[in-house]
Amino acid sequence: MKQGHIKVMMGNEACAEAALLAGCRFFAGYPITPATEILEVMSRRLPLVDGLCLQMEDEIAAVVAIVGASWGGTKSMTATSGPGFCLMQEGIGLAVAVEAPCVIVNVQRGGPASGQSTSTAQGDFYQARYGSNGDYSLIVLCPSTAQEMFDQTIKAFNLAERFRTPVIILSDEVVGHIREKVTIPDADDLTFVQRKRPKVPMGEFIPFQADADGVPPMPDFNTGYKIPVISQAKSLNGNRGNAKEADENIRRIVSKIEDHMDEFAEVLTYGDEEAETAFVTFGSVCRAARSAVDMGREKGLALRSVEVKTVWPFPDALVRRALDGVKRIVVAEMNLGMIQREIERVVRDPEIKIELFSKIAGIYPQPQEFLRFLEVKR
Amino acid sequence: MNPLGEKYLRKPFLPFLFCPGCGDGMIVQSFLQAVDELGIIDDLAMTAGIGCSAWIPVYMHADVLKVLHGRAIPAAIGLKASRPSRKVVVFTGDGDGLAIGGLHLLHAARRNIDMTVVIVNNQIYAMTGGQVAPSTGVGSKTQTTPYGNLEKPLDGCKIAVAAGATMVSRWSTIHTKQLTRTFKKALNHKGFSFIEIISQCPVQTGRYILGSGSPQFNLQWIRDNCVPVKGPTRWTEIESEGKIPVGDILQIEKPEFMEEVLRMNRKVKDEAKGAGGDR
Repeated sequence: MKQGHIKVMMGNEACAEAALLAGCRFFAGYPITPATEILEVMSRRLPLVDGLCLQMEDEIAAVVAIVGASWGGTKSMTATSGPGFCLMQEGIGLAVAVEAPCVIVNVQRGGPASGQSTSTAQGDFYQARYGSNGDYSLIVLCPSTAQEMFDQTIKAFNLAERFRTPVIILSDEVVGHIREKVTIPDADDLTFVQRKRPKVPMGEFIPFQADADGVPPMPDFNTGYKIPVISQAKSLNGNRGNAKEADENIRRIVSKIEDHMDEFAEVLTYGDEEAETAFVTFGSVCRAARSAVDMGREKGLALRSVEVKTVWPFPDALVRRALDGVKRIVVAEMNLGMIQREIERVVRDPEIKIELFSKIAGIYPQPQEFLRFLEVKR
Repeated sequence: MNPLGEKYLRKPFLPFLFCPGCGDGMIVQSFLQAVDELGIIDDLAMTAGIGCSAWIPVYMHADVLKVLHGRAIPAAIGLKASRPSRKVVVFTGDGDGLAIGGLHLLHAARRNIDMTVVIVNNQIYAMTGGQVAPSTGVGSKTQTTPYGNLEKPLDGCKIAVAAGATMVSRWSTIHTKQLTRTFKKALNHKGFSFIEIISQCPVQTGRYILGSGSPQFNLQWIRDNCVPVKGPTRWTEIESEGKIPVGDILQIEKPEFMEEVLRMNRKVKDEAKGAGGDR
């Protein structure tokens, strides 16, 4: 039994709670269903810990404001849903380019455009990874319970600080609005990562020269370093880079994350790890798949459920290992087939059948439907 | 090198990317003069967006965050929120600040958040090669209004006043002394200050709209068209003559946003303590 205290709370509240515990002291947001509770909780709580919560004029302003606050030296977060996430894409690219640690929560709802504002969906799977322009990488975490909303928010802040990158929590309406038991550990039992600050004096400091881990130390503004931070592909001293410098800059901001995936990539397996039939899920759908595995077991069916918790960069090796020995894969997701493409890319065995169990329009898949799917399609 | 340049320019970044005859260098000098007289270079946190004017702060040896097109103000708000003691200055242009970033201007002014927004108005999108801007005059031929501009220009100063800015001035690149004085006043002003600078772009505005790419011609155009005035009556009169009134438009005192925030934080914390809990 973990220490700490137990509370019944909404996934969105758990996210806000974790952000406060992780040291988030600036939040900028814009109301949008089904993410608004995060903004509401932060607006109530941040003033009590000398923080600031601002409701901005739009989501573009929100995401750019957290990039500014991040360079100011403050751990920062924003939260939104589909249409707001669209507006944030330029700012996410900005956070990548200026290597500003920050956390962006997307509580997914139906799309495209205004879609279905109060219904769940997982259609932003690729947008979370590829929504901004150019070559880049970032980290995307997918919670499936209120507890994971809490745990992954702590993890998101730590990874953002560790890698100087935006980290996206790709939640969905079910996880955001579910009310369930959350264990909140004592702060002493948690690890909080702080960004590396420069150890050399200003005269010797080269703004974008990375250490061996690919991450350059980051001074806060107004601490004497007088750093030029531009949104262009840059040279080590921060100026516009020539072709060679831009090449190195872009490759580094990708590899600093992708070469260190083993530090954070997470794929869980639930059920019979030897089962020949596997469900692959992420986000809230993991919950129904687990129930389906349990129901199958009662009927004598051997099933495993592979849950992808860190969806970007896609954890190829971990997924391959989790699917070792399967003959049939059912990818279940609330879109028309997105993570399915990644599974097809990773599992290149023509002997293995990969089928899509897809639900859209806000209809959450029921556990018994998983079992019926297995029967019908056999 | 000019002693101000010697002291404050980020030398490895030189030469400037500004074209010969550009007004941006004059603005760098007027601004650094103000910064030097106030001795505040260490407290500056400057942001900018995209466009020629967005490069102005990058050449100054200070903390600078140059972000996306139109987004300098939200970035500045984040920096200010993170540490209210910073002197936050935004450099923007007429396209960056009035078109793509126009909404951010309205809301920052409305909050009366303590920052200085410097908007360099060259009446065109210069960096992209001379397209119509929200500040371009009616009838002007640009690369995207080849038959003449039908749209009325937007007056940034009037917008700033209407939105709630507590200090508003307009000068031009020929008014360097007034600019330095205005920068100093703005940097000491507790609240949202807005300074519009009518500037020359010989390469785009000059060639395509005014009819000459000569810097002298373009500066003369500013001298002939920017008329220093005092008081609102004269202001309207100059405008009705088709000229551009310049001068100090407004300076008033109103509660500043970050101070109000800190005051409220103290109050709610005290109340929470009084209620016997920290939540």
